[in-house]
Amino acid sequence: MYDIAIVGAGVTGAMTARELSQYDLKIALLDKCNDVAMGATKANSGIVHAGFDAAEGSLMAKLNVEGCAMMAETCKKLNVPYKNNGSLVVAFSEEETEHLQKLYDRGVKNGVPDMKILSKEELLAMEPNLNPDACGALYAPTAGIVCPYELTIAATECAVTNGVEFIRNCEVKAVETDDEKITLDTTQGKIEAKYVINAAGVFADDLARMAGDDTIHITARRGEYFLLDKSVGNTVNHTIFQCPSKMGKGILVAQTVDGNLLMGPTAEDIEDKSDVSTSNAGLNNVKKFAAKSVPTINARNAITSFTGLRAHADAHEFIIGVSEKNPRLINAAGIESPGLSSSPAIAKYIDNIVKSLFGDLTVKADYDDTREAPVRFRHMTDEEREELIKKNSAYGRIICRCETITEGEILDAIHAPAGARDVDGVKRRTRAGMGRCQGGFCGSKVVEILARELGCELNDITKFGGNSNILFDRTK
Amino acid sequence: MLQYDLVVVGGGPAGMAAALKAKECGVSKIVILERAETLGGILEQCIHTGFGLHYFGEELSGPEYAARFIELVKQTDIDVKVNTMVLSVSDDKVVTAVNTADGLLKIQAKAVVLAMGCRERPRGALQIAGTRASGIMTAGTAQKYVNIDGYMPGKKVVILGSGDIGLIMARRMTLEGAEVKVVCELMPFSGGLTRNIVQCLDDFGIPLRLSTTVIETHGKERLEGVTIAQVDDHLQPIPGTEEYIECDTLMLSVGLIPENELTKQAGIGLDRITNGAVVNEMRETDHKGIFACGNVLQVHDLVDYVTLESQIAGEGAARYILGQDSDEKVYINTKPENGVRYIVPQKVNIKSKEDVKLYFRVGAIYKNKKLTVEADGNVISSKKKVKLAPGEMENVVIPADVLASLNENSTITVRVED
Repeated sequence: MYDIAIVGAGVTGAMTARELSQYDLKIALLDKCNDVAMGATKANSGIVHAGFDAAEGSLMAKLNVEGCAMMAETCKKLNVPYKNNGSLVVAFSEEETEHLQKLYDRGVKNGVPDMKILSKEELLAMEPNLNPDACGALYAPTAGIVCPYELTIAATECAVTNGVEFIRNCEVKAVETDDEKITLDTTQGKIEAKYVINAAGVFADDLARMAGDDTIHITARRGEYFLLDKSVGNTVNHTIFQCPSKMGKGILVAQTVDGNLLMGPTAEDIEDKSDVSTSNAGLNNVKKFAAKSVPTINARNAITSFTGLRAHADAHEFIIGVSEKNPRLINAAGIESPGLSSSPAIAKYIDNIVKSLFGDLTVKADYDDTREAPVRFRHMTDEEREELIKKNSAYGRIICRCETITEGEILDAIHAPAGARDVDGVKRRTRAGMGRCQGGFCGSKVVEILARELGCELNDITKFGGNSNILFDRTK
Repeated sequence: MLQYDLVVVGGGPAGMAAALKAKECGVSKIVILERAETLGGILEQCIHTGFGLHYFGEELSGPEYAARFIELVKQTDIDVKVNTMVLSVSDDKVVTAVNTADGLLKIQAKAVVLAMGCRERPRGALQIAGTRASGIMTAGTAQKYVNIDGYMPGKKVVILGSGDIGLIMARRMTLEGAEVKVVCELMPFSGGLTRNIVQCLDDFGIPLRLSTTVIETHGKERLEGVTIAQVDDHLQPIPGTEEYIECDTLMLSVGLIPENELTKQAGIGLDRITNGAVVNEMRETDHKGIFACGNVLQVHDLVDYVTLESQIAGEGAARYILGQDSDEKVYINTKPENGVRYIVPQKVNIKSKEDVKLYFRVGAIYKNKKLTVEADGNVISSKKKVKLAPGEMENVVIPADVLASLNENSTITVRVED
């Protein structure tokens, strides 16, 4: 029996697993997919919000501001790229300019430091490519950018290194609770635990309901994005928001930590919680609204488009705590934006709940809250590269030429704790296939390496688990 | 640092032909750097025939065509480094590369030939809405799975784009037992060779739907179908013409992009239309001693022309290395006009004392037109053409005596006329 089973290996589940892995507890981290970070975590803006959006006094506001302050240090420990680029909410009318003041006031109440309302001149000096019709902006220098799946992968690796068991392809079908334990009936068999942490994203309400808690309702809110080539990555220096509406923070334009340019998301509530398709209408909206902020932006530079689903709770508030209906269920539900920004603080918050449930918990002597930096050939000097290849010649074979990714890095990704098992998993860990040719050249090589390392046939390899096989039978 | 007279980046048909020609012209130390396991480039996976009709006067398969050059390279003292990826080419011709045996390689070259070939345009650039299921791949990737790895990438196939690789794969998949439901082409004409449309589609009863595109993909894990629609004159989908086609595979053959990352890094000027370097008649770029040839310079439809172009670059590199360049150089521009999209070379030395062949493509289908070459208002040549198509590269010779009669302010134009 596990002390704790965490359902959902998104950023919330993974960061919580890492936090709790400091104790002498038996912990399982489950996910229904073939990898971590496969839900909302995989496809969002990657923004670390400063914290002026959430309602004053809300848990969301508190954890956002705390999480934002913790993010740089967390990323440093996990060796995940993080950039403190600052954010700008741009106003295009007098009405919107007045709204900036409201956001500023709320930010002050939420405890957001160092904000400033910029004049048009100040704004355009900071962002020369912005639409000259802009009237001003709210500048929040504490905002940043981080790669959400890289953070989640790193946190999971850290957790697994500290003893957490990661169980993939493990979908919860039913939940039973008695006086001693809570039992999850899953696609990987029965899993018993003293407590379950519900970090199931858009499915958190379904899981809660299975455990007898029908107080939660989650709506999948679709957001569509374009990712543009690195050649236009420097179009903006800060994350550019427009004034928020009731559906969210609107279409943003921002650089990613990898140097691409991101534009999106749309916001549309949908019925099917697994529908991550893009739509012509949605993508056209992204183009239209992004062009309002940055007129020169051109979707011709897009290397891909994608959809993410936000786990929107009815009250637009994080639901974190022991369920009122089931004392063995700890909910971490409704974690939509600023969920990524809040994730280090959410993990701490759940840590306090777990401590209160288990009483005295001592930190393991060998607990290590860091993750070793993965090899990144593309960022090395020629001297470092030479040394590296001498030690291991697999780093001398380039597999992905667009992003300059070596076979050694792909082997590291496969053999890492909770390592990659499919092509997309390799891509998220190494960036192989993420460049301008989108895997045209390296895709088949990654399939070969995966099959060789996992000891299976080429046609057993999937794009992202399930039935997403790439190849059928052998040719005649 | 290693020293070579000539470093050839890429060991496909272009790189091999350039290296061999340079050797023949007397260059002593040559190395070919190739990222794959063997020389031959993309020809190795092109097991169909149709190669060599112009150059060898016989019909060969891709590997056979490549083998003839690989054999010739072996008979010389040209060094070959396979599994070797070039990371950069600097202004002063230092080539940095990496492989498992040598580690990090730095080579000082007297001249460099860029022969990196091209890549296929991926899905992302097309912005097709829908799911991100598996089963969506470029035709070239599918070709590698079938011909090299021996696996079927699909059973029910829709092909978007009627480029030559797409046409070849329509036939290949059919022969392997797959059902190719339709080939959709956005444009009102195919970009592929006529012979490929006949031999790969018509002969197998595979429909080619012109002015039609894929507007949505369906299926959460493996592809389950696509929605296709007809497009109007502005290439926009026409509402009401949508049609769902069940399939497990969508192959893309929607264009080739010269692989010019190294060229751009080196600061070499590119042509906006060809996406390749701007070159003179010896295929020398705007960086002295750096040459480009083959599909990295302009996307060719026949490997035979790649070979011929690369021999020019090899000879140019040899003259540069051996100091045989003519002293007198006066460059004038070639200019595509009315219906002609681009011309390679973009610059010609009127003092070269040699005939120069201009290669170019038209932008649309033309029937019973004339191709007219003019310099300073004087018609140099005017040829009747029954058919001109974007898929078929054309060429025209400018005789040496005509070049010699021009001056530094002259321009050579090529255009389509009634």
